[in-house]
Amino acid sequence: MKRLALIVAALLTLAGCSQPDVPERDSDSAPQKTLTVFAAASLQGAFTEIGKRFEDDTHGVKVKFNFAGSADLVAQIEQGAPADVFASADAANMTKAMDADLIGGQAQDFATNTLEIATPPGNPADIESLKDLSDPDVKVVLCASQVPCGAAAAKVEKVTGVDIKPVSEEQSVTDVLGKVISGEADAGLVYVTDVKAAGSKVHGVPFRDAGRVVNTYPVAAVRHAKDESLAAYFVDYLARPDAQSVLAAFGFGKP
Amino acid sequence: MPRWVLLPAALGAAFIVLPLAALATRVEWTHFFALISSDSSQAALWLSLRTSAASTVLCVVLGVPMALVLARTSFRGQSFVRSIVLLPLVLPPVVGGIALLYTFGRKGLLGETIDVLGLQIAFSTTAVVIAQTFVALPFMVVSLEGTLRTAGERYEVVAATLGARPTTVLRRVTLPLVLPGLAAGAVLSFARALGEFGATITFAGSLEGVTRTLPLEIYLQRETDPDAAVALSLLLVVVAVLVIGLVRGARSSAP
Repeated sequence: MKRLALIVAALLTLAGCSQPDVPERDSDSAPQKTLTVFAAASLQGAFTEIGKRFEDDTHGVKVKFNFAGSADLVAQIEQGAPADVFASADAANMTKAMDADLIGGQAQDFATNTLEIATPPGNPADIESLKDLSDPDVKVVLCASQVPCGAAAAKVEKVTGVDIKPVSEEQSVTDVLGKVISGEADAGLVYVTDVKAAGSKVHGVPFRDAGRVVNTYPVAAVRHAKDESLAAYFVDYLARPDAQSVLAAFGFGKP
Repeated sequence: MPRWVLLPAALGAAFIVLPLAALATRVEWTHFFALISSDSSQAALWLSLRTSAASTVLCVVLGVPMALVLARTSFRGQSFVRSIVLLPLVLPPVVGGIALLYTFGRKGLLGETIDVLGLQIAFSTTAVVIAQTFVALPFMVVSLEGTLRTAGERYEVVAATLGARPTTVLRRVTLPLVLPGLAAGAVLSFARALGEFGATITFAGSLEGVTRTLPLEIYLQRETDPDAAVALSLLLVVVAVLVIGLVRGARSSAP
């Protein structure tokens, strides 16, 4: 019996990774209106701030966020997670959501982001340009091409002709930053906003031609949103100077 | 056993079988073999089998002596030592990965020693094996210690009074006696190593053919090709079931 229990435990651990939490819909009797925004992980800082301002502006609307990778968010909405607004880190995932008939109304671009080289503090490998990343002695970590930051990195390689041989292709920007912050990697390619958010834990090295690969963030109201006008209002709100100034402060570019 | 026990037991079994069955229903059977035979899938499967086998060998080499010490000696603080050894069972694998990073990483506790020896652990297949061994070792120790205690020391004492040296007793009496427990421990270790995800992605990185094992490949494929992720998940389940089934079959056919 004991052995059987162990085998069961082992089988359970085979499915070891957990899903990110999905916020629950408030009960209908709640007097307060809530707006549930599913947003790309890179928007966490900026959207938390914008959410506060939106709550102040709308007097009593409560904004709830679910931050995760854009592809995860699309999958969650597809499985019926209660989202009112979807803000994606790239056009590809917004297109995926539209193709799956998850979006009501038009998608609007509200921010842009470009890549920057991140190194551990003090830049131990003396990275000064993108070309330095092609040195085989430099341990470079990129995002895998399946995720938006990796797709952007691949485009940068293509337009500049610099061939980077990464020691690891990570799942997300956070994983790339983790390897850089811990000093395991000499450099990584992440978004300008990620370098800014990491503060003194990483050193940013801007490179020429970064502006040639611009990542655009679209936002749209989700089909069957609880309150469609409120969802549409939030989408429009992101284009306002108030929200745009917050996004700029976090390093995002104008759409 | 009271008959009502059957009801919760059946519920428990359904709880495990149902998700696996649901997974099978989502497989695109027409493309199944194309999906699992892509280059990246093959590389991931092969890497997973190789690293899990290596980890299992390490678990035997290190785990058998540990189980012997825990089962056949008593010393102050033994129960404390046992809890520490079993810690990776309950620790989130990501935490294990972070701990390993600060031990074997470039800036880690042993980082400089490893550097002096001219070894490269970060982003290598060795790192994958280390991560897998870390999480799988307790399975070996738990399983074998239980068997050793159940088997008792009678035969060992008899062998010793007949003049056998301790090493001979271990080789000729103890190990043959606990072989089923050792095999069960090895299978559990292999299965746990095969499913390892969190510690690997945190500590070893993710690169095709080097560090991207099957669970990491599944997680990555989810981003762009959910069908491939489902097909690979089923493949992993099948491999795990085969491994467990093979050994159970071999053991039940033995006298």
